[in-house]
Amino acid sequence: MHKEANEVLLEIKGLFKKYDDMTVLDDVNLSINKGEVVVILGPSGCGKSTLLRCLNGLEKIQGGDIRYRNKSLVDKDVNWQEIRQHIGMVFQNYELFSHMTVIENILLGPVKVQKRDKNEVMEQANQLLDRVGLLDRKDSYPRQLSGGQKQRIAIVRALCMNPEIMLFDEVTASLDPEMVREVLDVILGLAKQGMTMLIVTHELSFARAVADKIVFIDKGKICEISDPDEFFTHPKTERAQHFLNKFQY
Amino acid sequence: MNLNWQFIIDSLPLYREAAWTTLKLGFWGILFSLMIGFICSIVLYFKVKVLKTIVHIYIELSRNTPLLIQLFFLYFGLTKVGIALTETACAIIGLSFLGGSYMAEAFRSGFEAVSKTQIESGLSIGLSKTQLVRYVVLPQAFSVSIPSIGANCIFLLKETSIVGAIAVVDLMNVTKDLIGMYYQTLEALLMLVVIYLVMILPLSLILTWLERKVRYAEFGN
Ligand SMILES: Nc1ncnc2c1ncn2[C@@H]1O[C@H](COP(=O)(O)OP(=O)(O)OP(=O)(O)O)[C@@H](O)[C@H]1O
Ligand SMILES: [Mg+2]
Repeated sequence: MHKEANEVLLEIKGLFKKYDDMTVLDDVNLSINKGEVVVILGPSGCGKSTLLRCLNGLEKIQGGDIRYRNKSLVDKDVNWQEIRQHIGMVFQNYELFSHMTVIENILLGPVKVQKRDKNEVMEQANQLLDRVGLLDRKDSYPRQLSGGQKQRIAIVRALCMNPEIMLFDEVTASLDPEMVREVLDVILGLAKQGMTMLIVTHELSFARAVADKIVFIDKGKICEISDPDEFFTHPKTERAQHFLNKFQY
Repeated sequence: MNLNWQFIIDSLPLYREAAWTTLKLGFWGILFSLMIGFICSIVLYFKVKVLKTIVHIYIELSRNTPLLIQLFFLYFGLTKVGIALTETACAIIGLSFLGGSYMAEAFRSGFEAVSKTQIESGLSIGLSKTQLVRYVVLPQAFSVSIPSIGANCIFLLKETSIVGAIAVVDLMNVTKDLIGMYYQTLEALLMLVVIYLVMILPLSLILTWLERKVRYAEFGN
């Protein structure tokens, strides 16, 4: 969409991540400016999820640095509870808390973690639920919702914390095709509002529409970082070409 | 078939008192079992060093020895080394020793059913460890455990029928005495069965109701 003054929110420098002996991320360098939408593409198993999980403190890293607003997240004494309020994350498998209603799911973080006033959060939640068209499902339990509905709720839950950056990990990958659209529309709406986002997806046309910048990863390494139109018409690397070809019949 | 109704009426007070004793034993036994079980399962879940081994040994010991032997050990064995406990104390300790391991298993299976993704989802909205346990892990674990917890409660209440062996005047003991003294075998046994039913049925109904209530959110009806 549109880039604002180059204020760097998130900076990844020389990130190195191993599971046991297997290197999963190898010298990853990436910076994300405020208001920027970065889409990560790459074949299955190349380390996309792992990268997002590192940015949310769900994985330990073995080298390099991650900086949020120029503060290192690699320090031992980093307070992840604090950081996670600013870096929201939505997973592939719509992990709503199964024992709570929709509204309880949404309120938990803002009320218990951020100690905000319940009524104020409720108002915000209502607005957001309305925006994703699910205000009437507020008292439902997750088991009563479709995959697409759960995923939209999961997005609302993350948004209600007022994060500065949102991480999306293949949020439409487990959805039936007819539900993909409703979720992608929500994310597109966020992009229009200027939300800073890091998105992993396999929906190429969506990627092209939403991204300011495409990052292509293969085997744990960033192969290229390009402008979306350029990436889809003239990918710089052979690997990216090969990747794109696989999506064409 | 002729029942001796007079005998039944006459022995009612005895049964009532014994039923009361059984209920009291059952109540304390279940309560302590729940506490022991909960603590043990926490130790296992968080893999607390040293304590973990102790809990494992306790569970094996408790599950693989008969309650009767446990009671004999407490009642007769401990006297030999100078620790004299009352019959009631022995009965309650015995029941709790047995029930604790069963409850531990029930709670543990609940904890283990909480998926890693639910936990990560909690972490990603910034919950602290304690908040995570309180708002996510415990409620979910509990709704998985509750059927086995309920079954254990009933099992323990029934298991009280064995404490007569160490001279606690419970229902079983009263029945045996009455049979021994008056030979009204059928009447005595009939009353025994009816009273156990009267105690256990309501408990069972309450537990079923509780189970449905707790499990509604996650599992529906
Ligand atoms: N917990 C783990 N332990 C060991 N290896 C893991 C673990 N999680 C992921 N891996 C491995 O790390 C590599 C990268 O996994 P990751 O999930 O980040 O891939 P991905 O790019 O998200 O793939 P996909 O598109 O299929 O989601 C894979 O080879 C995977 O097998
Ligand atoms: Mg993935």
